Amino acid sequence: MIRHILAPLAMLALAVQAHAQSPEAVRSFGAQDAAHRLTVRGTTDIVLFGPVLRAFTAAYPQYVVDYEQWGSNDLYATADQACRIGQPSADMLISSAVDLQVRLVNDGCARPHRSDATGRLPAEANWRNEVFGITREPAVLVYNKVLVPASEAPRSRFDLIDLLRPVGSRYAGRVATYDIEQSGLGYLFAFVDSQQATTFGSLIEAFGRSGAIATCCSAEIIDGVVSGRYLIAYNVLGSYALARAEASPELAVVAPEDYTLVLSRAALIPKHAAHANDAGLLLDFLLSDEGQREMTDVRLIVSLDDPDTAELTLPSGSAVLRQIPLSPVLLVGLDQQKRARFLQLWRGTFTTE
Amino acid sequence: MLPSVEQPRLRLSLTARLAGALALIFALGGVAVALAALAYGRSAAQQSYDNLLIGAANQIANEITVRGGQVEVDVPVSAFELLSLAPDDRILYAVYDPTGRLLTGYDVLAPRADDATFHTDVLGDEQIRIAQVRRPFAERSFSGAVEVLVGQTTRAREQLAAQITRNALIAAGIAGLVMSGLAVFAVRSALQPLRRIEGDIAGRAPNDLTPLSVAVPREVGGVVATLNRFMARLDRQVGVMRNLIADAAHQLRTPIAALRAQAELAADETDPERLRAAIGRIHRRSVTLSRLADQLLNHALIIHRADSAPLERVDLRTVAIRTLEQTDHDVLGSGTRPELDLPEDPVWAEGDPLSLVEASKNLVVNALRYGQAPVVLSVAQSGPTARIAIRDAGRGIPAARLPAPGERFAGDRGVSADSSGLGLAIVQAVAAAHKGRLSLSHPASGGFEAAIELTAIDHSTEGT
Repeated sequence: MIRHILAPLAMLALAVQAHAQSPEAVRSFGAQDAAHRLTVRGTTDIVLFGPVLRAFTAAYPQYVVDYEQWGSNDLYATADQACRIGQPSADMLISSAVDLQVRLVNDGCARPHRSDATGRLPAEANWRNEVFGITREPAVLVYNKVLVPASEAPRSRFDLIDLLRPVGSRYAGRVATYDIEQSGLGYLFAFVDSQQATTFGSLIEAFGRSGAIATCCSAEIIDGVVSGRYLIAYNVLGSYALARAEASPELAVVAPEDYTLVLSRAALIPKHAAHANDAGLLLDFLLSDEGQREMTDVRLIVSLDDPDTAELTLPSGSAVLRQIPLSPVLLVGLDQQKRARFLQLWRGTFTTE
Repeated sequence: MLPSVEQPRLRLSLTARLAGALALIFALGGVAVALAALAYGRSAAQQSYDNLLIGAANQIANEITVRGGQVEVDVPVSAFELLSLAPDDRILYAVYDPTGRLLTGYDVLAPRADDATFHTDVLGDEQIRIAQVRRPFAERSFSGAVEVLVGQTTRAREQLAAQITRNALIAAGIAGLVMSGLAVFAVRSALQPLRRIEGDIAGRAPNDLTPLSVAVPREVGGVVATLNRFMARLDRQVGVMRNLIADAAHQLRTPIAALRAQAELAADETDPERLRAAIGRIHRRSVTLSRLADQLLNHALIIHRADSAPLERVDLRTVAIRTLEQTDHDVLGSGTRPELDLPEDPVWAEGDPLSLVEASKNLVVNALRYGQAPVVLSVAQSGPTARIAIRDAGRGIPAARLPAPGERFAGDRGVSADSSGLGLAIVQAVAAAHKGRLSLSHPASGGFEAAIELTAIDHSTEGT
């Protein structure tokens, strides 16, 4: 008889043990004396997600929401542990590491929520009615408009490879991307890239040869591009990049023309959530027109289909958009041996900072 | 006033019986179909999703390599895409080396020692179906079998099974409705002949007893044939009654008129001598008339009996003896006594003794009255024919007065009270009722012979 799933990711477990499991930041929204208290754990920056939660507590004043910002691996590890010992942790988990969210669902750590709003979601944004895609964020290229001449501005991965090809290219050592060992999202993007096209092999090779930088976290990478430390960054989350571009005009954001990965941040309600019904209400709000509008305002939803409102120029149609589906196929990337081999390849290529 | 027609005792209608039987068949069939559909749905769903599982397990097994004595598994995305065809099911997998060490995947899936490819287990609150595939290696650096297990929850297969079952039941339901409709149609068309018979009979004139001529299927043919035989008998009896009344009217009218005329003459007579003579004539007339009335009633009785009395085995010698016993010789006044000529062995035939005796009596009386002595009453069997015959030495009935075969005696020819016509009519009716015949002949030895010929019961079959 199978009692419980007891196989955490070996690599992940090591990584998690090294860190103290605690949120990076915490903030409450809504009146402190409100009748109901909801705990939401997410990987999204408080700065971005705050207005959305504020809109929720404005619409439902009886709620106060404690938002804890976590790293995606820590978020998974604590949720997995809480699930195994059957303890309530948060009422809702929202993570950009959708593969880990899918893993939680596959391990039976989520509870289903059915409503009109979840029923309207397309199949790739709803698995088993337990995990839901609430945002729409492209993975983009960013570059420094001041330092990169318009003639060399990359429009696709091929352009990037070509820029890095010449010996002594001035882009050598000045292209950055996520460190996939530290960032769950980085690993996910890299893994999905490796499934999408053979370009990935050439790209990794070019990164390795030119001494590209793998580093942590969207904010640092974008900062580096703005400051000129990096000229180009690859696979940056479009939501952060576009938000930053408003304040920093030297930052250019490009959706790659060959194909653009689109991520939907995944929300789920843990199996042992203390306030599952209230969490369902929050979920329905996030999926509602108002919630979606709020998230569009903070660019967690980037309009890609409508050319009038599109903030990124895309060459033609939406065939180049590749939505990362919430599906058990993502589990392959989390396989111990697969992950070990992938990280080995990565490590052999990059100089981490 | 007519007697009220009693309604036949009504049992459950044929339609109701057929409907009941069909409903039972459909109910049993429906249950059988439902069970079969359920079993089929389950096994079909099980099979199709088991194929996915085994396909995925084989894909993973194919990606196992041995490098430097180490087993490496590169889990292919295609295996998981295959499993994702069951879109809402959770996936578990595990790969174990020959020593039982987990190489990758979930250690909740333990390898099983037996060779069964599939087994079912429970994971948390969900059922899980697991396929196990073994990949043997025989390398220089590594030897043994690597076990690959792939498991999946059963949501999709349950949905598919339910869908197949539902579709099968809908199809069976429609088929059931169509069959019910056809059954109603079949029952109606099967009962149609009965309605046609009913319509035919109801639409007849009251005195129409001709056979039914409606076209009916074989199963109802027997009923119609019996009905037709019944009506034919009724028709014959009605005919006999009609003839009898006609005969009686015809034959009684003349003597009664004569009697009345003589009585009127006697009433006016003043001479005592002639009055006595007239009274004597009236008396003789009355006697003749009473005999005629007797004969008419006898005729009616015998004809009725002949058509309705059950036939029994009868020895014609007994009939002959009883005939002589009952013949009123003195009334005939001829003084001739008939002789008996009987064989030693019984002569068996099927018949109604009373009718046969009455018929024979008529023949004897005729012979005594109109023939010449000696009158011989004989019984004989020749081959299949048993006959009881009355022979006399006279000339018999003049040829002109002999009726054509099958023609009724004493028709409109105005037989008198003393004539033999009525007596012969009785004999003929009795013979016909016994499926025999009246034979009138002038034998070569001279004289006249009247005989009733019946079918003999064979000696050899005479068991009792």
